[in-house]
Amino acid sequence: MTVSSNTQFRITVIHPLIVRVTHWINAVAVFCMLFSGWAIYNASPFFPFVFPKWATLGGWLGGALAWHFAAMWLFALNGLAYVLYGLFARHFARSFLPLSPRAFWRDAADAVRLRLAHRIGEYNAVQRVAYLVAFLLGILLVASGLALWKPVQLQGLAALFGGYEWARRVHFLAMSGLVGFILLHLALVILVPRTLVAMVTGRARIPLDPVETRS
Amino acid sequence: MSRDETEAKRLRALRREIQPELVKLERRLFLRSGLSLGALSLLSGCDLSTGTNGTLIDRTLWAMSRANDRVQAWLFDPNKLAPTYPASMIDTPFRFNAYYPPDNIPEIDEATWKLDVSGLVADKTPWTLQKLRALPQESQITRHICIEGWSQIGQWSGVPLKAFLERVGADLTAKYVGFKCADRYYGSLDMPSALHPQTVLALDFGGSALPLEYGYPLRVRVPTKLGFKSPKHIVSVFVTNDYPGGYWEDQGYNWFSGI
Repeated sequence: MTVSSNTQFRITVIHPLIVRVTHWINAVAVFCMLFSGWAIYNASPFFPFVFPKWATLGGWLGGALAWHFAAMWLFALNGLAYVLYGLFARHFARSFLPLSPRAFWRDAADAVRLRLAHRIGEYNAVQRVAYLVAFLLGILLVASGLALWKPVQLQGLAALFGGYEWARRVHFLAMSGLVGFILLHLALVILVPRTLVAMVTGRARIPLDPVETRS
Repeated sequence: MSRDETEAKRLRALRREIQPELVKLERRLFLRSGLSLGALSLLSGCDLSTGTNGTLIDRTLWAMSRANDRVQAWLFDPNKLAPTYPASMIDTPFRFNAYYPPDNIPEIDEATWKLDVSGLVADKTPWTLQKLRALPQESQITRHICIEGWSQIGQWSGVPLKAFLERVGADLTAKYVGFKCADRYYGSLDMPSALHPQTVLALDFGGSALPLEYGYPLRVRVPTKLGFKSPKHIVSVFVTNDYPGGYWEDQGYNWFSGI
């Protein structure tokens, strides 16, 4: 961003408190779910690889399952609180809409040419799509996870995934997609570190007279 | 009775066949003893068997597991049947699974074997296999889901546990039905799961008498729970209101483990 030294700034809240709290609770919950989930996968892998020991949580299968079935409540209830807030406080509508395929392709083309501006406090169309995909993967993880936890009591849900064995694969693939999102998310935070500060303090400096700042 | 030589050979061959799984099992047992390697070991050295005496994390996980027992009991629908499958979908060979290799399967003499009945029951007369076979039998082709994640479809038949409990005059309002096994394994069910129409004392597997590795001469089969909740080689059934725990449950597996 090119901003001349005499530009005036205002400090504004770009991440409301509820978003920040649920974000960090989610970060802890997802960490626990991933690392314990990988330990559970290792007990009976269906691909020709296992996860390294250092990337597992729980010590043994019983410990990993205990972590997974404890952290799932944190993940699901925290996610639910966030979704309710997003819907009723119009956070989703304000931050992620409007979203059109045209805007996505325009911003994606800018991004690959490294011409996409980062406007603090506002998501571009690529980010909006990435967050939408992450939400959908979260919902898919909860739904396929419920099908795995209760394939008899929730057999209708399990049947939607093609039965217990297919639900295992769907759960794994949804996890892989979420890991892809997290890697992208972390890479962008490293590229633009002030976004990390903003997710802690909620505040960011915004130029008073915003000009088109494409770098 | 010493084991028949051809049978012993068969079990030794089975042991060689499943060697990779056994190595994994040994590793699992090793890790369970509180020892865990890697960067997360401080956070993850879960020795859940310490129950309420462990670290804060262990105690929290243990408390969450007990809360999950209650949620699962609430989710359990006593009338909901586990899906059943056509005979063409039965998996062969069926996996052997125990906390020991197949040549350590307990030796049981059918002539002297009996099933003891104790606790909150009216009739504590032990049962012979012959007497059990004389009771009405039920057959099911259902999916066995292991806590490790894998699943296989198999066929079990035997005496519905509900019919057996009624027959011995059990207190059906009691909380638990417990089982003791010839291999020192033990386990327990909540009464609603014990009374589920598909919960059976299985005598047959795949249409013939239970082979040694699948729980000869009598095992429990509970298609509404994970596999480890179905003890094999059972020698004793008891009805109680005192939590009996189980071999794996006492080390940290979730007790209810309904599916």
